[in-house]
Amino acid sequence: MKTRVVLLGYLSMMTLLSVQCLANNGDSSAVRRTVADPGNAGLKLPAGFKAQAIAENLGAARHIAVTPLGDVYVKIQTSKPGKAIAVIHGNDVKTFGTYRGTGMVIKGKYLYTSSDEDVYRYALNDKFEVINPEQPEKIVTGLINRHQHEAKALTLDNDGNIYVNIGAYSNSCQVQDRAKGSKGMEGCPIRDSAAGIWQFRADKQNQTYGDGSRYATGLRNVVGLDWNTTDNQLFVMQHGRDGLFDMFPEYYNLQQGNELPAECMYALKKGDDAGWPYIYYDGQQQKKILSPEYGGDGKKTGGENAIDPVVAFPAHMAPNGLLFYTGSQFPAKYKNGAFVAFHGSWNRQKGQKGYFVAFVPFKDGKPSGKWEVFADDFAGVPDIQSPGQAKHRPCGLAQGPDGSLYVTDDVKGTVYKITYSGK
Amino acid sequence: MKRIILTGVAFSAVLSFLSAQTKKPGANPAMARGKKVYEQYCLTCHQVDGSGVPHLNPPLIKTTFVLGDKPTLVQVILKGMQSSVPIDDEYYSNNMPPHNFLKDQEIADVLTYVRNNFGNKASAVTAAEVKAIRAKN
Repeated sequence: MKTRVVLLGYLSMMTLLSVQCLANNGDSSAVRRTVADPGNAGLKLPAGFKAQAIAENLGAARHIAVTPLGDVYVKIQTSKPGKAIAVIHGNDVKTFGTYRGTGMVIKGKYLYTSSDEDVYRYALNDKFEVINPEQPEKIVTGLINRHQHEAKALTLDNDGNIYVNIGAYSNSCQVQDRAKGSKGMEGCPIRDSAAGIWQFRADKQNQTYGDGSRYATGLRNVVGLDWNTTDNQLFVMQHGRDGLFDMFPEYYNLQQGNELPAECMYALKKGDDAGWPYIYYDGQQQKKILSPEYGGDGKKTGGENAIDPVVAFPAHMAPNGLLFYTGSQFPAKYKNGAFVAFHGSWNRQKGQKGYFVAFVPFKDGKPSGKWEVFADDFAGVPDIQSPGQAKHRPCGLAQGPDGSLYVTDDVKGTVYKITYSGK
Repeated sequence: MKRIILTGVAFSAVLSFLSAQTKKPGANPAMARGKKVYEQYCLTCHQVDGSGVPHLNPPLIKTTFVLGDKPTLVQVILKGMQSSVPIDDEYYSNNMPPHNFLKDQEIADVLTYVRNNFGNKASAVTAAEVKAIRAKN
């Protein structure tokens, strides 16, 4: 009996292992499913919505753009030659480009992308296909990349300007990054070349810092950003600071470290300062609190000249995508509202948070109600303890010509298409 | 077929029970002390299961640094590590701060814990070794 149990156990384990091997078989070509998926590709959605995985195994799929004819461009975070951008056309997936990066936007007849240092644009033909995949124009060059917060996320306005995130290469501008007891640098020099959104012209080549302008500062890192056409304004999602409990247990308990600071949505005007690194926004007290590296204690307020957020979400959820929904496919409450893709937290203890797409209703360019979870269960595990356990993490958002919502996952490279049928 | 799966499940359950028994940190005082240090200073970044954060903070599971040469590993604790240094050909975006405020014994304990947890198996680190390595800085 004993031998039999062991043998059977061994056999079933081998079966499991071989299935695992098949699933992990390198950069296997993407699978496109053309039939509706009754399981909604593993996502939990509000009634009447359906989801389908239109591609899988693309690699680390970051931001995404959909053409007026329904082709899908996805920026892949890889340095493998020829694999930087995936193009999904019908059942076919092609790739081109060789540079890591995140940014991906279509505006007019151009596709705009970014590496972690540069911004490119590719001219599109009448079918919105890239005319010359090997020779994009380099629009912006030489942006700072020191690994931390390196994604140069992009959006454009309707006046020929492009907005580029340059994230702070630091947690809180300490003399020694993330070191316990290290003070904040006076007159934080990181803000001169990072920790903000820079504005450049969308049609001029080889621009660098001197050619553009610092549109807004005091933003630690922004990956999700979008231009709101209702009030002609830039909106961004900031990744809030880490380590309040780890570095300052004298002021913050574990619970406070988990819940502070808020992940903030800001509506920006030229010249705005969101206050990083001097302050953070406490969503519970609803106040701008002086950072402990700059003399704060969790209670002292600060940042009199810093703007307030328009929405404060729970801490550490890592908003990586922002999209204002202008389509007509979804019910009326979604029109002009904001979808936010939360990549999911790591800077919490005893349970992580996020790994969903949220929705915020808007009216006249301002939030008009409480945010809610829209698409959930990307992680695919209950009670997630560490981000490595997540099967999928939502990152980029785009709207299709028929009003469908597209979401990328940068763990396995799944592209989800979410539609509404009312059934 | 059902029976095969059930037996397989039962077998894996026995396996994980046995491995949990052999890995129990309470069995060794250095491991128990190391676990405490880990939870206070390392867990947030490297996570409860040592898996790190993909692309941001490196895992501590069977990496060259964790299982390798003790002086190099002790120096990572003392001096921290810059994100520009690759770990097994992967880059991680966040810098590790120095933890030179930890006592020799605390560093020895936490490294012993990490080198014998999360599926790792490597020799223990002693406070005397940490002291000698720190003295060279």
